[in-house]
Amino acid sequence: MIVAEKKPVEEIIEYVQDCRKILILGCNECVTVCEAGGKKEVGVLASTLRMYFLNQGKEVKIDEITLERQCDHEYLEEIRDVADQYDAIISLACGVGVQFMAEKYHSVPIYPGVNTCFLGATEERGLWTERCQACGNCMLGITGGICPVSRCAKRLLNGPCGGSSNGKCEISKDLDCAWQLIIDRLKALDRLDDYEKICPIKDWSTDRAGGPRKVVREDVQI
Amino acid sequence: MSVKTPSKLEKILSEGHLAVTSECGPPRGSDPDAVKKKAELIKDYVDAVNITDNQTSVTRMSSLSACIHLKLMGVEPVLQMVTRDRNRIAIQSDILGAASFDIFNMLCLSGDHQSFGDCPQGQNVHDLDSMQLLQTVHLMRDEGKFLGGADINRPPKMFVGAAANPFADPFEIRTPRLAKKIAAGAEFIQTQCIYNLDKFEEWMKQICDRGLHEKVYILAGVTPLKSAGMAKFMKNRVPGMDVPDDVVKRMADTPKEKQPEEGINICVETIERLKSVEGVKGFHIMAIEWEEKVPGIVERAGLYPRPKIEAEN
Ligand code: SF4
Ligand code: SF4
Repeated sequence: MIVAEKKPVEEIIEYVQDCRKILILGCNECVTVCEAGGKKEVGVLASTLRMYFLNQGKEVKIDEITLERQCDHEYLEEIRDVADQYDAIISLACGVGVQFMAEKYHSVPIYPGVNTCFLGATEERGLWTERCQACGNCMLGITGGICPVSRCAKRLLNGPCGGSSNGKCEISKDLDCAWQLIIDRLKALDRLDDYEKICPIKDWSTDRAGGPRKVVREDVQI
Repeated sequence: MSVKTPSKLEKILSEGHLAVTSECGPPRGSDPDAVKKKAELIKDYVDAVNITDNQTSVTRMSSLSACIHLKLMGVEPVLQMVTRDRNRIAIQSDILGAASFDIFNMLCLSGDHQSFGDCPQGQNVHDLDSMQLLQTVHLMRDEGKFLGGADINRPPKMFVGAAANPFADPFEIRTPRLAKKIAAGAEFIQTQCIYNLDKFEEWMKQICDRGLHEKVYILAGVTPLKSAGMAKFMKNRVPGMDVPDDVVKRMADTPKEKQPEEGINICVETIERLKSVEGVKGFHIMAIEWEEKVPGIVERAGLYPRPKIEAEN
């Protein structure tokens, strides 16, 4: 899933302090799972803002809506009739949702309420970690199912570097060295010999480097 | 191993001499004398001088330009290049630039993570990794081709090396990792500084058992300790460094004013012992901001005078 975290409320206030009617728009998907932009967080942000404006002696109307998804035209249509009434919409969806909103509703300013962080998973309650950088050419098949692109701090395809120490990465004792994980896994699969195969230079044109990407599937297009 | 480049370092190694290299960090400024003075101090005591490439990710004068200063003084440079800061266009371009000044040695590295340096908020590139950089230099040199497939007019003639850390984790791939670097094209290796001699000898034995010492020249890395504090710092704070307790103790038990001398004693003793280790073909003396001590170390370790071999141009 896409992992996001809440933006500091001061930053959000900065965007909307002159508004009179604000909509806070949550999303029921990834940001709900990572507890950054679901219904619950919409409620919390709304109360915080109400409190803030009350203290400022300002009368501001704040509404709360949480859509099934913000990265989908169909669900975004649900606010078609009300969107124009607001001076600002704070979207708690990931960057994709925020942009889709902005593309659809031209005349209302849309502000992001979360920082979109990475593609990852919930390791335990309150701990999310990165697993993929969407390089567009997945190499997990040769790395024992562990991604060096997203999990090695230098995205070494032929790691580890000399800084790997006690299973941890040179940049932090709290971070597993991806190459230690890969080697452990190759060992468990009885494939340690594969370690000596040199991974060739990667074609990064399917990565961010190649410019904004598109997937076109004519077979499923209507 | 047959000689493939005009490198003086390669020639010395191929003739069976114990080679001696050292390194200089370029200045954090543009004064060419900062490089030249360091090189002047050591030039008659070493066969080649590595110039580090923004080591520990702290911004400095570029390795290539410092190498050119050395070359113009008649000192043989080893161009260090990290994959952290350049994509494949810049890498190939800098290799050609170095070759245009007849710089004949290169050390391929991935580089420390930028979070250690003065620009922790910067991007890192890592378009290639150090193994792929080795392959790239070979492609350019041996086949005279760019990565894009086109021919190179006057291909670079680089004697190409890599670093190895005999103490790095994971333990089980220490030797396979070297084998992989050799397969990628490493012709010489400069190791991480060695303080744990037993562990280093164990590594060398595994290398010799696999016959890898016949395929690559291994230069054992040494760094004289300046103080007990430095020994502790290296032990506890530098990733991948193995400083045994008895070395730390020996430094700590020495009165403060005598510690620099003791550090040099340890360094000389290390070289003496490693000279007889099978597969060790030379020494890489990294006297960090202490270049003036290199001549004394080389002399005391019985590695002076250096063989007289004229660099080809
Ligand atoms: S190899 Fe690429 S696609 Fe596969 S997990 Fe890693 S970043 Fe994602
Ligand atoms: S320590 Fe491991 S994860 Fe960290 S940069 Fe080096 S190889 Fe990558």
